[in-house]
Amino acid sequence: MIRPAVVRVALPYHLRNLAGANSEVTLEVAPPVTLGRVLDALEARYPMLRGTIREHDTLQRRAFLRFFACEEDISLMPMDAPLPPAVAEGREPLLVIGAIAGGCAEKATTA
Amino acid sequence: MSRVRVLVGTRKGAFVLTADGKRDKWEVSGPFFAGWEIYHLKGSPVDPDRIYASQSSGWFGQVLQASTDGGKTWFQPGGGTIPKFPEKISNRFVYDTSDESGKPLTTHQWYDGTQHPWEFKRVWHLEPSYTDAKTVYAGVEDAALFRSTDGGESWQELSGLRGHGTGSSWQPGAGGMCLHTVILNPANPERIYIAISAAGAFRTDDGGKSWKPINKGLRSEFMPKPEAEVGHCVHHIAMHPAEPDVLFMQKHWDVMRSNDAGDHWTEVSGNLPTDFGFVIDVHAHEPETIYVVPIKSDSEHFPLDGALRVYRSKSGGDEWEPLTKGLPQKDCYVNVLRDAMAVDRMDDCGIYFGTTGGQVYVSPDGGDSWQAIVNNLPAVLSVEVQTIP
Repeated sequence: MIRPAVVRVALPYHLRNLAGANSEVTLEVAPPVTLGRVLDALEARYPMLRGTIREHDTLQRRAFLRFFACEEDISLMPMDAPLPPAVAEGREPLLVIGAIAGGCAEKATTA
Repeated sequence: MSRVRVLVGTRKGAFVLTADGKRDKWEVSGPFFAGWEIYHLKGSPVDPDRIYASQSSGWFGQVLQASTDGGKTWFQPGGGTIPKFPEKISNRFVYDTSDESGKPLTTHQWYDGTQHPWEFKRVWHLEPSYTDAKTVYAGVEDAALFRSTDGGESWQELSGLRGHGTGSSWQPGAGGMCLHTVILNPANPERIYIAISAAGAFRTDDGGKSWKPINKGLRSEFMPKPEAEVGHCVHHIAMHPAEPDVLFMQKHWDVMRSNDAGDHWTEVSGNLPTDFGFVIDVHAHEPETIYVVPIKSDSEHFPLDGALRVYRSKSGGDEWEPLTKGLPQKDCYVNVLRDAMAVDRMDDCGIYFGTTGGQVYVSPDGGDSWQAIVNNLPAVLSVEVQTIP
């Protein structure tokens, strides 16, 4: 039996609030770990996020959001392509990032 | 003693303002959904503690929120459990293209005159039913009307509106192609009025199955055919519940009235200093007393001469008086957006409006005098008032 992978996902501030989640969530994802499977697992765990990262029905990424893994922009990667091993093995998070506007209060206070 | 609850939607969250019947001391709670655009909130006439809110963002799209305790706590309808995908998702607004509806309309006119696909962007207005707390209508951009009968957990389009025949010629105004006004008739649930920028006003007499344009008498000089059946930039419509055939309209230019449920309109701008504006509303107890806020245009969109003035007509239009007591009369360059005026139902009817400068004003005496409830909110998008027994 193949064990599910534990994947880390970092969400932007407003989606963390919407989901009532910490900055990083961990998800069990059945291999092969692909972007599509991670998002499926994320939306299953946090149904309130459906429609906020990708469109209902078409499942297209919302235009002002991007996905990064291991410092690479993977936003245009096919949804069924495997994620880098470091992300699939939980050593690096998958980053969901919104187009930049505003700032980050936590960083501002520690800078 | 009755009290009032004012629901304020802003560019950066929602606020709830409460006061007793004197309406001179206010409690402010919020921001709720901080950082999100709250286009509109409105409470159910059946259950005033049930409130619906439209939360949206250019980044994250549409979210639907509801409260069952008068705005103290909020939840996404159906969001606490795994939805029965795909039917039960509170922020899923899917245009009807089914064969069953017979209205597989998929394009409308774009700014350049070409046809453009219908694309859902946000909910502009939520209108709860007079008879069922879990039934609520949503006017959305791109223009369409949706209805939920399960408290906002799922939405179905009333596709007869887009499909009635003129939909492919509708086109967006500067603010997008939005269905921003939904007026229900408490005495006749089958009759609904809606308005779209920039298509015009429409009416159904069969609960939303079939629709027709109701724009005869409107004249819009910016259009190739100024008196065309559709294409008018209607900014807002108001109706007194006791006179459901009488409608008042603030159009892009012109203040209009209809005495026959929109079949014919006549201009009642009268002595207004400018007949451009966004809001219009009716006194709670005097169906012929109406309010507008004239705005300078084209494109400036602030009060004339920097003086914020509400205009009142006690004759259903044509004869207007400026109301200035308590309002800034110099250096004021805010706007008052289309859903940002409301009235309460206290014996002395209170009038409310919010500005893009973040003020919410109240007049507890029908407009004679005004005071700011709050001065520094984010830009106000909408104001609704509940009168709580």
